[in-house]
Amino acid sequence: MTLRDKACVTGIGETAYMRGSTKTAFELQIESSLKAIADAGLTPKDIDGIIPIGIVSGTADDFIDNFGLPDLRFSAVVPHGGASPAMALQCAAAAVASGVCNHVLITFGRNVSAASNKAGARIHSMPQFHFVTEFEYAMGAIAPAQLYAPMARRHMELYGTTVEQFGEVAVACREHALLNDNAVMKKPITLEDHRNSRMITDPFRLLDCSLESDGGAAVVVSATGRAGDLRHRKVYIAGVAAGHPDSPGSITQRPDMTSLGIAKAAPRAFQMAGVTPADIQVAEIYDCFTYAVIRQLEDMGFCAKGEGGPFVQGGRLKLGGALPTNTHGGLLSQAHVWGLNHIVELVRQLRGDAGRAQVKDAELGLVTGYGDMGDGALAIMRRG
Amino acid sequence: MTTSIPKVIPKPSPQTSELARPYWEAAAQGKLVLQSCSACGKTRHYPRLLCDACYSDEVTWLPSEACGTIHSWTVARHAFHPAFAAELPYTLVTVDLDEGVRALGRWRSNPANPAMSIGLPVQGRFEAREGGVDLVFWPKL
Repeated sequence: MTLRDKACVTGIGETAYMRGSTKTAFELQIESSLKAIADAGLTPKDIDGIIPIGIVSGTADDFIDNFGLPDLRFSAVVPHGGASPAMALQCAAAAVASGVCNHVLITFGRNVSAASNKAGARIHSMPQFHFVTEFEYAMGAIAPAQLYAPMARRHMELYGTTVEQFGEVAVACREHALLNDNAVMKKPITLEDHRNSRMITDPFRLLDCSLESDGGAAVVVSATGRAGDLRHRKVYIAGVAAGHPDSPGSITQRPDMTSLGIAKAAPRAFQMAGVTPADIQVAEIYDCFTYAVIRQLEDMGFCAKGEGGPFVQGGRLKLGGALPTNTHGGLLSQAHVWGLNHIVELVRQLRGDAGRAQVKDAELGLVTGYGDMGDGALAIMRRG
Repeated sequence: MTTSIPKVIPKPSPQTSELARPYWEAAAQGKLVLQSCSACGKTRHYPRLLCDACYSDEVTWLPSEACGTIHSWTVARHAFHPAFAAELPYTLVTVDLDEGVRALGRWRSNPANPAMSIGLPVQGRFEAREGGVDLVFWPKL
């Protein structure tokens, strides 16, 4: 048995993204969930599976209570940070394909504007960061930027990847954000602006780093057999897979520091979907840092290892380029909601509903997740 | 009129685990020790319960000279914790230890240091500071 085309994303929902929201993470999560359920043409009581993303908002039980769910048959927790939404697609597809349930809600909300919830404080409460917390944090390796920067530095040293190539990712995302009314960043940037932005932790400048955002996002995954009479055209999950890097709990100890879990997942997803990277028309790639996009492109086989820098040059990630990427603006310029916004955007593209950022005739696209210190997942989706 | 006294924010202390107690006891003495599997001899780091080669939980702690070569690095220019603001910029180095595992440590800056590069030979030791102990590396002469 394969999961190919056994599940569809039938509903999408997002709140407004911002900083300084007065709503709680759970309120934002509920708002986006109701939107996603309505978008699918369902009612909350139709939801019989749920995967709440992250640790900062509601549990499955909270949704039973608030929605009055009569018979929740399936729930799961996927504890892999920003890889969790794409991994949850795999989990949901497996659940609906096997008949465990029919409609799985994948839902996330966050409010990071509280001081106690900044990235440097937040990750050290997560068990998957315990090696960092015990052996690295007290020496000043506090935030993800500082943990990922040595990967990027090594990539630059080994393969000659440049500041301008990082900048290409930032500029493409920003150009796309300017087409998106629900993007936090509103001002255009140039490669020069990127190079001149404040150094955070070498080689990452401010414009290499994703946003910290408040908001909620949700999707509904339905069994293909139950998706036909819903509101929108079908968007199939054609291939989906997850993978973990060696030494997932410590980048320091990883045999190949520049290797990611998605390297293991990508061949499985492409094989399941029966397509190759050359077939992909639009990509929503988890962009916690500019470097992470370049590295995932390599590990997914869009180019050879070390060739990710040249691959993104010349505006190739922009609309109209060879591989339009992060057409919503991404975590770098739309908002950081753990990449659930990437899934929402891919569904919009494949429905033909992406407005000014629409990739013409997009029929096949890809979305990735990248979590914690390199856990990875991807889903290849196609228009029905 | 009152004068506000700047509040000194202490650096975080290592959040030590029982599993790694021998590591931290040695660190307090300035020394680096590494887990070695008593059954098959494989060295592992960071400290963990099982040997991933033979699944034994029997461990011998072996002293390390903390010598190796630079694997990668980052220069921090933003303080993600206010206690580190006064030290900016500081460099964190990832070191391939001669024992075949890695360590993350602070780089002792010195104008005479050679340019940072992959493969640069280094040595290190634990150094005490207020509230904790840092693994510090410098170029091996």
